[in-house]
Amino acid sequence: MNRSELTFIERLYIFEALKGILLTSRHFFWNLFLHTTHLFGLLKNKSAAVTVQYPDEIRPYAPRLRTRHHLVPRADGSPRCVACMLCETVCPAKCIYIIAGEHPDPNVEKVAKRFDLDLGKCVYCGFCVEVCPEDAIRMDTQIMNIAAYSREEMLLDINELLRPGSRKQS
Amino acid sequence: MYFDIIIKIILTGVVLGGALNLAGLLTWVERKQSAVMQDRIGANRASLFGLRILGLFHPLADMLKLILKEDFTPRYAHKILHALAPFVSVFFALIAFAAIPIGNDFAWRGHAIHLQVAHINVGLLYILSVMSMGVYGVVLAGFASNNNYSFLGGLRASSQMISYEITMGVSIMGIVMMDGSLNLQNIVQAQGQYWHHLPLWGIFLQPVSFFLFLTAAMAETKRTPFDLPEGESEIIGYFVEYSGMKFGMFFLTDFLETVLASALLTTLFLGGWQIPYLFHDGFHFPWGTVWIMAQPWVILLGVIAFSIKVIFFCWFLMMIRWTLPRFRYDQLMRLGWKIMLPISLINILVTGLVMVLL
Repeated sequence: MNRSELTFIERLYIFEALKGILLTSRHFFWNLFLHTTHLFGLLKNKSAAVTVQYPDEIRPYAPRLRTRHHLVPRADGSPRCVACMLCETVCPAKCIYIIAGEHPDPNVEKVAKRFDLDLGKCVYCGFCVEVCPEDAIRMDTQIMNIAAYSREEMLLDINELLRPGSRKQS
Repeated sequence: MYFDIIIKIILTGVVLGGALNLAGLLTWVERKQSAVMQDRIGANRASLFGLRILGLFHPLADMLKLILKEDFTPRYAHKILHALAPFVSVFFALIAFAAIPIGNDFAWRGHAIHLQVAHINVGLLYILSVMSMGVYGVVLAGFASNNNYSFLGGLRASSQMISYEITMGVSIMGIVMMDGSLNLQNIVQAQGQYWHHLPLWGIFLQPVSFFLFLTAAMAETKRTPFDLPEGESEIIGYFVEYSGMKFGMFFLTDFLETVLASALLTTLFLGGWQIPYLFHDGFHFPWGTVWIMAQPWVILLGVIAFSIKVIFFCWFLMMIRWTLPRFRYDQLMRLGWKIMLPISLINILVTGLVMVLL
């Protein structure tokens, strides 16, 4: 790396320190002024801080963001999943467990009777979404807060996957 | 006799309460001020009955948390010294406030009242010695923890404090030479003189000394540009093995020393309780306006002015703490021994020459 030699003034340090203090003071007083005007309801369009107060205000997520999984239903409410086992096979974390069953509609061969997904193991790689031939699993729920108190609560069953957020939060 | 004792007890309460409260409040100021400087919002979550008031309850919440935490002593630590160290630190930081005058002397019902807890004529020496005694707390903490990292932290602390104490002592010699007194009250009173309507404060008479003392005092408080003894973010210092309120006491010592440094800077260089053009009977402005005031109001204004100056310096030290990055250890030693000490010696020489020649 090509660094230029420090000049004498820079090596004295005191002027550089003063420059730094001027910079931080400018931020301090300008932000303090904005905070004060905000208290009186003025200059609301100028923001005094870049903070997003997370649980109170949530920044809009990008639509392509990989969030919690979601099984897409057919018109009759049964899952689009045909239990082809591709996602279970491709999953690098081995967090998907599918048990196949017969679909009442003769045109549809199989359907997932059980579709369990262990969020405690999932690495959010999105391979299951990419590999699905039926577009049955998506990661578009925009649910990010997946914390739970036990491993059992991290396990999502087919009802929860079909209707994200339907399970009672403990 | 009883009257004097009662006055002293009240004064002790005021000074002790003021210093401790300001130090506690500084924990909030530190978080909030750094947040405002860095375009953040800062601590605002602690609430009492749904009231948040800009997070002002955070010092209370912090203290509660620290008191309720487990007080852990490592297995092979020296039990007595390990417990003693934080108390030594806080004790010496607190008693140093005794010699600082918070207001002018006055007479009330035939009693001379000194607004200074310990009215001693070697106040400056007393403060310097007490501040260097404070190193013992740090060294004991490093020594008694039986931990290599805290031991090294204690060593770093002691060498840094000793290096900067010399500069600190030598740099204020200029002020002492000009006023001919080590009594802080005399030093403050001498700053009430004027030269063509410019108040002869220490900062105007001894600007070099001011910068040296500011730097040395910052090094004494062990805060960021000089926080090698602590280095809480990575290298970790003498209080690795401390938890709960004992750690809190070390933490409080830092803030108490910040307040002490501010009070000393105010007393020595910013005229203590002096307000420009305020004499013992009221304001006499240079353009001829005169506001006559009763004596209690003048004294009260002096105390308020002292507090405002101390708070300003606390703010300023905080500003420096959140602006400058930490020094490397060799840079620290070079700054202390090769730059600041020679400059302070030259400062004494120049001051002496000017005093002899003028």
